[in-house]
Amino acid sequence: MSEMLNVENVAKSFTLHTQGALTIPVFEKINFSLQAGECIALTGASGAGKSTFMRMIYANYICNEGRINIRHNDGWLDMVGATPHEVLDVRRHTLGYVSQFLRVIPRVATLDIVAEPLIATGVAKETAIEKAKTLLTRLRIPHHLWSLSPLTFSGGEQQRVNIARGFAVEYPIMLLDEPTASLDADNRRTVLDFIEEAKAMGSAVLGIFHDQEARDAVCTGTFDVTQYQV
Amino acid sequence: MIGSHDVLLNVENLTMMYGARVGCEEVSFDLWPGEVLGIVGESGSGKSTLLRCISGQVAPTHGAINYKTRANGVRDLFTGMSEPERRFLMRTDWAFVHQNPRDGLRMSVSAGANIGERLMAVGQRHYGNIRATAQDWLGKVEIADERLDDLPSTFSGGMQQRLQIARNLVTSPRLVFMDEPTGGLDVSVQAKLLDLLRGLVQDLGLSVVIVTHDLAVARLLSHRLMVMQQGRVVESGLTDQVLDDPQHPYTQLLVSSILQA
Repeated sequence: MSEMLNVENVAKSFTLHTQGALTIPVFEKINFSLQAGECIALTGASGAGKSTFMRMIYANYICNEGRINIRHNDGWLDMVGATPHEVLDVRRHTLGYVSQFLRVIPRVATLDIVAEPLIATGVAKETAIEKAKTLLTRLRIPHHLWSLSPLTFSGGEQQRVNIARGFAVEYPIMLLDEPTASLDADNRRTVLDFIEEAKAMGSAVLGIFHDQEARDAVCTGTFDVTQYQV
Repeated sequence: MIGSHDVLLNVENLTMMYGARVGCEEVSFDLWPGEVLGIVGESGSGKSTLLRCISGQVAPTHGAINYKTRANGVRDLFTGMSEPERRFLMRTDWAFVHQNPRDGLRMSVSAGANIGERLMAVGQRHYGNIRATAQDWLGKVEIADERLDDLPSTFSGGMQQRLQIARNLVTSPRLVFMDEPTGGLDVSVQAKLLDLLRGLVQDLGLSVVIVTHDLAVARLLSHRLMVMQQGRVVESGLTDQVLDDPQHPYTQLLVSSILQA
C-alpha cells in the first residue's frame, strides 16, 4: 500500500481575541498516516475535535505546528506551509471534502453545482454533466429537480447533492464529514457503495461516521482523536 | 479557473497618502490569471483607495503596480507607461465596475450604445456587428432584447448594474475591478448577479479584484481574501481559511459580527 497522507506532530489552538485573547488549545502532536485504498474512521466523543482535525487537513484551519504532507502530482506537499495557490491546486485535483453543509450561490441549478468540480479539473462540460446525472440518479434526486437550485430542497436532499458534488471527481484522497447522516436506508447504502468504489479505485478515505453500522461496513480502521487532546 | 503561473498583476508596498492622512499603506499582493481576489473591511479601511490606485485612476504616493501587458511584457502602471498607454489599457484590457451603475454608464445614450461605445473605442466600426454584439451581451446579463434602444435611466437599479457589467466585459478584458458590485441591490438581484459573475469568471478566465463589505459575497466569489483595517492589510489568505479560522483580532471581530439570516 502506498501512503497518501502523512500528519506529523501537528498542533492546533484557537485564540479568541474578541474574548480577551483567550487561548483554547485543541490538539498537540497528532501523528497519523493514511494509505491508498483504506478508509479510516475518526472517532471520539462529540466535541473531541474530529471535524477540526479534518478541516486542518483540508487547510481550512491553520495549524500552529507540524506538517500535513499530501501526495500530490507525484510528490509531497506540506499543506501547513503551502501557499493559497498550492492549496487550491491540491483541493482541485487531489483532496476532496464532503462537509456537512451545502454552500452554494443561490439560483444555480443542481446539475451545474454537481458538475462544477469536475469542470474545474479541466474535463469537458458535457462529460461532467453526464457524470453529474449519473450521480444524482444513483442518489435518487428526482430528475425534475435537477434544473432547480438545491437551496430549495429538503435537508436530506441537500446532503445528497453535496455528496454527489463531492464524488464527482475521483480524488486520490477524500475527507467525509458524516456523509450518511440524515439519509434514509437506501441512500445510505448508495453512499457506502460510493465509498467502496472509491477505495477500490485506490482512493484513501478519512471519514466521520456517527452511525456504527456504516462505520463497520466500510472502514478498515479507526483513529481516535481523543488521545491528542490537550 | 487558475490557469497559468504567470502573475498578471503585482502590487508592491503601495502607499497612498492624502496629505498627512493615510489612504492605504504598504500593501503588497500578486494576482494570477483566472483568480478572484476579495478585499474586505469596513468603510474607511482603504479598500476603495487601493482599488483606485491599482486600476490606474490615481497614482500612489509610492510603491509599484506591475501589470503583465499582452505585448510589451511587465510594465509599471505609472512609471513604466505613458498616460495614453494607460488609458488604452483601461478601455481594452481592463474593466471597472462601479458600486453605483450611474458612475459607470452614460445615462443619456441607449443601452445598446453603452455597450457599443466600448467596442468602438477598440476600433470596431461596423454598425451591424456592434449592434449584434450588444444584443448578445444584453442576453448574457439577462436583459430583454427589446430594451436595446431604451435609455438606462428607464432601467431598475439591478438592470443598470447588469448593463454596466455588460458594457465592461464586452471587450473581453483580462482584469476586472469591482467596487461593491452587489451593494444596494435586492437580494434576489444580488443572487442573479453573483451567478452571472461567477459564470463569466469561469467561462472567460477573468481575473477579478472585488471590493466588498459583504463577507458572504466574498466567500462565494473569491479564491483569496485580504482584510483591511485603517489602510493596512491585517490578514490575507485562502478565503475559507480567513473566514473560518481568522487569526487577526479585527478579522475575528468582522466574522463574529455577521448576522445569521
